[in-house]
Amino acid sequence: MEDHHLAYLAALAISLMWVEAALPSPLPGVKPGLANIVTLLVLRQYGLRTAFWVAGLRVVAGSILLGSFLTPGFMLSLGGAMASLLVLWLARGLPERYFGAVSLSVLAAFAHMCAQLAIVSVWLMPTVNVFYLSPVFGAAAWLFGLSNGLIAASLLQQYQFGRAHEPAL
Amino acid sequence: MNSAFSMMALIRRGDWGVLMLGVAVVGALIAHFWMGPVGQRLIIKRGGTVFLNASLERAFQVNVPGPLGITRIEVLNHRARVQSDPGPRQLCVREGWIDHAGEVAICLPNQVSMEITGRVRAYDSLNY
Repeated sequence: MEDHHLAYLAALAISLMWVEAALPSPLPGVKPGLANIVTLLVLRQYGLRTAFWVAGLRVVAGSILLGSFLTPGFMLSLGGAMASLLVLWLARGLPERYFGAVSLSVLAAFAHMCAQLAIVSVWLMPTVNVFYLSPVFGAAAWLFGLSNGLIAASLLQQYQFGRAHEPAL
Repeated sequence: MNSAFSMMALIRRGDWGVLMLGVAVVGALIAHFWMGPVGQRLIIKRGGTVFLNASLERAFQVNVPGPLGITRIEVLNHRARVQSDPGPRQLCVREGWIDHAGEVAICLPNQVSMEITGRVRAYDSLNY
C-alpha cells in the first residue's frame, strides 16, 4: 500500500477524532471513538499491519493537533489504541463468515476501556477506586462498539458491492 | 422496513454471541462493583483496642473519648467520617467520608482510628 494512501486514511481518522473532541462528554473518557471505524475498515481491507500504522499515526499526529501530545490524555489514547490492536490481532483467527466488523468493534472497544481503566488506576489516580465506574465504561464500550461496528460493516458491505464496478481504491 | 433488514444483515451469527458476551461482562461488573458486599462494617479503635464494631447500614454518631478529648465519628449513607477531633492538625477530619473496604482514618494525637471492612478483610492487621 502506498504511503500517501495510508496518510490519507490516517488523516480521515484524525479528522473524526478532532470532530469528536469538540463534543461534550458526560464522563471523562466516554466517547464514541469514531476514528476506530477507520481502523476497522483498514483492518478488513488492508490487514493488521496497515491498521497499526493508521491507528498509530492517528494517535500521535492527532494529539499534536489537539495539543495533548505526551499528556495523560495522550497516554490513555495510546494505551487504548495499542490494547485494541492487540485484541484485533488475537481475534484474527475468528472465522469472517460468522464474526463481522461488529464483533471486532465490540471486542476492540472493551480492550480499549480495560487498558484505559488500568492506566488510570495504576498511574493517574492510584488512590481512587476507578473500577467503581467500570459498569458505566463497560456499557459505553458495548454501545459505541456496536454502533461503530454497524457503521463499519455497512461501509464494508457497500464497498464490496461497489468493487464489482470499480477498480480497487 | 428495508433499512432495518439490511442493518440486521450486518450483524452476523457470531456477532450476536460477542454482543451477548458484552452484556454478560457489563452485568458481572454491575454485580461486582455496584451490588458489592452488603453489610460492610466500621471498626473504631481507641489506643489499639476495639471501641466499636458497627454496621454501616444505619446512620449513627458516636463520641469516642481519647487522651485529648472527644473524637466524634458519624456514619451516614453507608459512609463514615470523623466529624470533629481535638487533634491539632485535623488530618482525619480533612480526610472526609470513607466508604470502601480497607480505607482508614486515623486521629493519631487522640489515639482513635476507624477502618472500613468488607465481608472479607484484605489483610490481617495494620500497625502504626
